[in-house]
Amino acid sequence: MQFESFNAFLNMGGYGFYVWLSFGVSAALLLALIFSSISGHKQVIKNIAMHQQRTDKLRQARRKNKKSNAHTPTDTNTDTEVAQ
Amino acid sequence: MNKPMLTTHLSYRTVFSLVLKRDLTIAMRHKDDIINPLLFFVIVVTLFPLGIGPEAQILSRIAPGIIWVAALLATLLSLDRLFKSDHSDGSLEQMLLSPHPVFILVLAKIVAHWLITGLPLILIAPLLAVLLHLNEQSYGALMLTLLLGTPVLSLLGAIGVALTVGIKKGGVLLSLLVLPLYIPVLIFATSAIDTAALGLPYNGQLAIIAALFFGSLTLAPFAVGAALKVSTN
Amino acid sequence: MWKWLHPYANPEISYHFAGKILPWLTALTIVFLSIGILWALAFAPADYQQGDSFRIFYLHVPAASLSMGIYLGMAIAAFTSMVWQFKLADASAAAMAPVGAVFTAIALITGAAWGKPMWGTWWIWDARLTSELILLFLYLGVIALHSAFEDKNLAGKAAGILTLVGVINLPIIKYSVEWWNTLHQGSTVSKLGKPSMSIEMLWPFLFCFIGFALLVATIICIRFRSEILARNSVRPWVKTLVSTQLALAQHKSMEK
Repeated sequence: MQFESFNAFLNMGGYGFYVWLSFGVSAALLLALIFSSISGHKQVIKNIAMHQQRTDKLRQARRKNKKSNAHTPTDTNTDTEVAQ
Repeated sequence: MNKPMLTTHLSYRTVFSLVLKRDLTIAMRHKDDIINPLLFFVIVVTLFPLGIGPEAQILSRIAPGIIWVAALLATLLSLDRLFKSDHSDGSLEQMLLSPHPVFILVLAKIVAHWLITGLPLILIAPLLAVLLHLNEQSYGALMLTLLLGTPVLSLLGAIGVALTVGIKKGGVLLSLLVLPLYIPVLIFATSAIDTAALGLPYNGQLAIIAALFFGSLTLAPFAVGAALKVSTN
Repeated sequence: MWKWLHPYANPEISYHFAGKILPWLTALTIVFLSIGILWALAFAPADYQQGDSFRIFYLHVPAASLSMGIYLGMAIAAFTSMVWQFKLADASAAAMAPVGAVFTAIALITGAAWGKPMWGTWWIWDARLTSELILLFLYLGVIALHSAFEDKNLAGKAAGILTLVGVINLPIIKYSVEWWNTLHQGSTVSKLGKPSMSIEMLWPFLFCFIGFALLVATIICIRFRSEILARNSVRPWVKTLVSTQLALAQHKSMEK
């Protein structure tokens, strides 16, 4: 241990403000980076899941439309997009 | 079939906050609009020591000018997004046709623009002042002039954008229109900061910038409205 | 000779490989970094001339070296992607850029905080700090260019071109900044020169350096996996992965 007491440790031989500013800001930036990386990963998974659910819903809606159009005769054969 | 919209009695405050929230949300979704002008500001300020030399004495003498000119240019770059996307998808015309006074709508958009552009500039300016070895006594003047001056830049700049929004290559034309309008703010702001460096009071210059602020706050939206009506014709 | 690398061109295999080494990287990072930082802060001797402010050195030098190393890594990835059309390299470059930018910022901030007690000023336009600042701009430019594109593949190609142009420019920029510096003031004796380190300082420095390098690898690993998923979202393996993750999350929330 290079320091006699905790207060001496905080004081850093008079340079305490600069040393702790450096370590503090670096820690803050690195923690922010780590946090953003992890939450970014979760966000990507969530986005893909939401996109997947949306395309599934659209596909189901289109299938239902096809079925209901098959029972009623229509002039055109085209798949009508349900405009919401 | 669309039902005709009744003129629901929305108060001025509601309209203002609705438009403000809309613009802020759009900006949050396109964070580039906030970051890019800010980065430009930082890089332009960095170019000056590289072009002039790193001597602290020279840099601290010209630091107020550098920071303010860079702020002008960065604001100029960011003005484009004020009306362009609304103009291209037609929502600008809808806003002008709405029963709500154009003054309120325009003011809300300009306030949003200042929050997105001016405020980050003000927050990062002290760091840039450190890079340029700005005199310690000048920091207060720097912040105050930026605080009072950047809204003026947004307000006057909005007039220029409103005039050029319909023009195809309006970018350079915008600079020619708006930069002369910015000159008074530049002169009084840098004068205030220089006076502060000498330890003298700079209330006079601040008062004039404040007058420019209140004058443009009350009058510029009218000019912007008129200009928009011309541009959307 | 490189045949053993070929399977890793497949995004799925790379994704799972990265997932496997991630816990090991994390564990090693924690070990090295905690030992290194504690040693640097409390057990390493104070410098004869600079006193306890020298402890900032253990942050500043690794951060500066890593910031340049990461840029080199990005450039290699961009080159690989361009020459061998190796799509995964674009993903790794996108993963590296934010990490590099953060480390450059740390190098600049710790440099300024070190400079204030040493030179009496927070900032000085000496060759090394100025080059580091320009490096930060290069990083931010790559990140900005990347986010300006909707299509991630196009974004990767554009950012790759910018990175390669930047890496060729980097020695030119460093040389011109040094030349500019000596032209204007020859007396800037950079006190940040590598001191002849005693053995008592070398060990904490090594631990810190290796710890930070491992941290960089860990964070890049996490971001690399996110990039792979985002760029391959239509593939069936991604879809099954996402749905199993979702089912797991729902199961956990139901258990609660």
